[in-house]
Amino acid sequence: MAWVQKNRTTLAIAVAVLVASYVFYYAKNDIAPSMFGAAWGYAIPLVLAALVGVIGERSGVVNIGIEGQMLLAAFAGFFGAAYSGSIIVGILAGIGTGLIAGGFLAWTTVRWRMDQIIAGVVLNIIATGITSFYLKSGQTLPGVIPNVDIPLLKEIPLIGETFFAGRSAIALVAIVAVVVVHLALFHTRWGLRTRAVGEYPSAADTAGINVERLRIVNVTLAGSLAGLAGVYLSMDASSSFERGITAGRGFLALAIMIMGAWRPLRAFVMALFFGFVNAIASQLQQSGLGQGEGTGFFHGIVGAITAPQILGTLPYVATLVVLALAAGRVRGPAAAGQPYVKKDQ
Amino acid sequence: MSDTRTAESTPPPPAEDPQQRDRGGALAFLVSHQSGVVIVVALVISLLVGAALIRYQGVDPFYAYTTLFKEAFQNDAYTRTLQKTAPLVLTGLAVVLPLRVGLFNIGGQGQFATGAIAGAWVAYAAGGAGWLGALLGMLAGLATGALVGVLVGVLKSWRGVHEVISTIMLNYIVAGVTFWLVVGPLQAESSKTSGIPQTEAIPESSQLGAVGGVPIGFLVAVVLAVACWWMLTRTTLGFKLNTVGANKSAAGYAGISISTITVLSLALGAGLAGLGGALEAEGTLFRFEPAIVGTLGFDGITIALLARANPLATIPAAFLVGILRTGAAGLQFATQTPDLPSGITPEIVDVLLAVILLMVSIPVLGKWLFRSRAAKVSVASTSWGS
Repeated sequence: MAWVQKNRTTLAIAVAVLVASYVFYYAKNDIAPSMFGAAWGYAIPLVLAALVGVIGERSGVVNIGIEGQMLLAAFAGFFGAAYSGSIIVGILAGIGTGLIAGGFLAWTTVRWRMDQIIAGVVLNIIATGITSFYLKSGQTLPGVIPNVDIPLLKEIPLIGETFFAGRSAIALVAIVAVVVVHLALFHTRWGLRTRAVGEYPSAADTAGINVERLRIVNVTLAGSLAGLAGVYLSMDASSSFERGITAGRGFLALAIMIMGAWRPLRAFVMALFFGFVNAIASQLQQSGLGQGEGTGFFHGIVGAITAPQILGTLPYVATLVVLALAAGRVRGPAAAGQPYVKKDQ
Repeated sequence: MSDTRTAESTPPPPAEDPQQRDRGGALAFLVSHQSGVVIVVALVISLLVGAALIRYQGVDPFYAYTTLFKEAFQNDAYTRTLQKTAPLVLTGLAVVLPLRVGLFNIGGQGQFATGAIAGAWVAYAAGGAGWLGALLGMLAGLATGALVGVLVGVLKSWRGVHEVISTIMLNYIVAGVTFWLVVGPLQAESSKTSGIPQTEAIPESSQLGAVGGVPIGFLVAVVLAVACWWMLTRTTLGFKLNTVGANKSAAGYAGISISTITVLSLALGAGLAGLGGALEAEGTLFRFEPAIVGTLGFDGITIALLARANPLATIPAAFLVGILRTGAAGLQFATQTPDLPSGITPEIVDVLLAVILLMVSIPVLGKWLFRSRAAKVSVASTSWGS
C-alpha cells in the first residue's frame, strides 16, 4: 500500500476529522445535523468554483475572475428564469454565461497575452457593472430547482443525511464534478497534457501539444462550473438576485484551491471546512452569544468577538489564518500566471 | 522559468530615436505617446458603448452626456467633483505603488474604510482642536491603513500568502469590523435612536473645507501624487521599488531586501488609501458611515491601470472617474420619466469604466492602432505564485 504510505498524514487527518464529526453528530443530535447541512450548503458553490480555479491553474491560467463569472451567471440564471418562466432556461442561461465569461478570460489571456490577474479583475469589474446596471427588483423565480434523494446512500448516518438526502440537484453535480475532475486530471491523457501545459509548456509544446488551444478549451469549459455555482447562489441558495450576491466566494475558492494544493479532492475537503466554519458562525449568531448584559473587560472582549458582525467575518479570518499556515508549504503549477510564447514567434 | 517570463513580459525599452524627437508636430507627439492615444481611443469606445446602452433605455445619449458633464461642472459642482477626485487619486496611488513592485493590491476598499473610520473618530475625539484635529485624523487614517498594508506584506513575504487573496479577505473583515464599530463602541448617540449606523460628527473647526473652490483634500492628494512620482523617479527607494518590480532575482543579488520592499510598498500604498478614507470622512460626510466607502476603493484599480502605474497620471485618471461619478448622480434625477422611473442609474459609470479598463489592458488595442510598434505599448503586469 504505497499510496497509504505516501498520504499517511492526510489520511490520519481525514480519519480524525471523520471520527470527530461522528462524535459531534451523536453527542449533539439536536443541532449537529442542521449544522452539517448548512456547512455543505455553504460549501457547494465553493467546491464548484475551486474546481474552476484548479482546472485553470493546472493548465497555466490564473483565474481571478471566478467571482465575476459566478456573478454574471447568477444574474443570467435568475433573470433568464424569471423572464422565460422556466427554471431550465435559467440554468442553461447561467451555465452559458459562465462559459462565455470563461471564454473571454481564456481568449484575452492566452491569445492576446493580457496579464492574467488584470484580466480577471477586469472581468470582475465588468460583472459588477453590468449586473448592477441591469438589475430589476421585484422579479421572482417561476419555481425551484428540484431536490434529489439517492436511495441506499441516503441511509448512511451523517454522510447520507448531509450529502444525499433531499439535496438540490446542483449539490449532486458538484460531488460528481469533484470525482470526475480528479479522475480526469490524474488518470487520463487529457489530464496528463493539462498538467504538462501548466508545469512546463515549452516541453509540452515540443511533445506536440497545442498549448494555446488546450488552455483556451480548458479555461472556457471550466466556466460552465462557475456558471453552475452562480446559478446555485441565485436560484437555489437564495432564490433572488442581489447586488454582489457572490460576496467574495470566488476569491474564497481560490484560497481553497491553494489550501487544497491544486487537487480536487483536497479542495473539496477544504471547502467543507469553510462551510463548517460558516455554520459555527451562524450557530453562534443564532444562540445570541454576546447579546447578554454585563460589564467589565473580559465581558467586553467576549461581547466583541461574538457580535454578529464580527462572527460574520469568521470565514475570511479563517482563510487568512489557514493560508498563513499552509500557503508556504504547497507549490502550485509552475507556469500558472505566465503567457506561453513560442520561441520562434 | 522566471527568467524567461521577465524577458517576455518586460521588453527592453526601445532606444529613443533622436530624429523622431526633433521632428516635432502633433503626429510625432502622438506616436511617441502611444499609451495616451490608446486611452483616448478606449474612452471614445466606452462612451459609444455607453451611448448604445443609454439609447436602449430610451434616453438621447447626447442629452445624457451633456447633462452628465453639466452636473459635474455647472456652478459650484466642480468643487464637488474635485472633492470626489481627491480620495480617488489616493486609492489609485494605493494600487500604483505596489504594482511597481509587481504586487497587486486589490484591498483598497478595506484600507480606505479603515482610514475613514479611524480618521473620522480621531478628528471627533480631538474635540474641536481645529486644524490640528483634522491633521491628527489624517495621520490616524494614514497609520491604520498602513497597518493593514503591513499585515498583507508580512503575510506575503514571510508566509507566501498571495496579496490578492489576503487583501480581498481583509476587505470583508474590515467591512465587518467597521460595521460592528458603528453599531457598537463608536456609535453616535443620535444614531442609537435614528437607527442609522454612524459615528459622531466631526466638530466644524476640524472639517476639511475648500480654498477658493478647491477642496483641501484635493490639494493634499495632488501633492502626494507628485511626491510619489518624485520618490519613484528620483530617490534610491524608488529605484529599489522599480528594480524589484523589474527583476526580483537581480534585485536580490544586488543586495536589495525583497521582503522589506514588499512590506514597504504595501504599507505605503495602503497608508495612502487610508489617508484617502480620512480625507473623504473629514471633507464630505464629516463622520463615518459604512456607505461612505462606496466603490472608491475598487475605482483605485481602474485608475491605476488607466494611469499605467504612473503616479502623476493618477491625477487625470482619478479626475475622469470623479467627473463620471459626480455627474452620474445628477444624471439619474435629470432622466427620470414616467417611462423610466429610475432614470439612467449611476451604475452606467461602472459599465463605462469596465469597458475603458478592458480596452486599456488588452495589448491588442495598441496593436491595432500601431501595427509595427506594438511592443512600445507597455501594459502593467503583476505576479502570481512568485
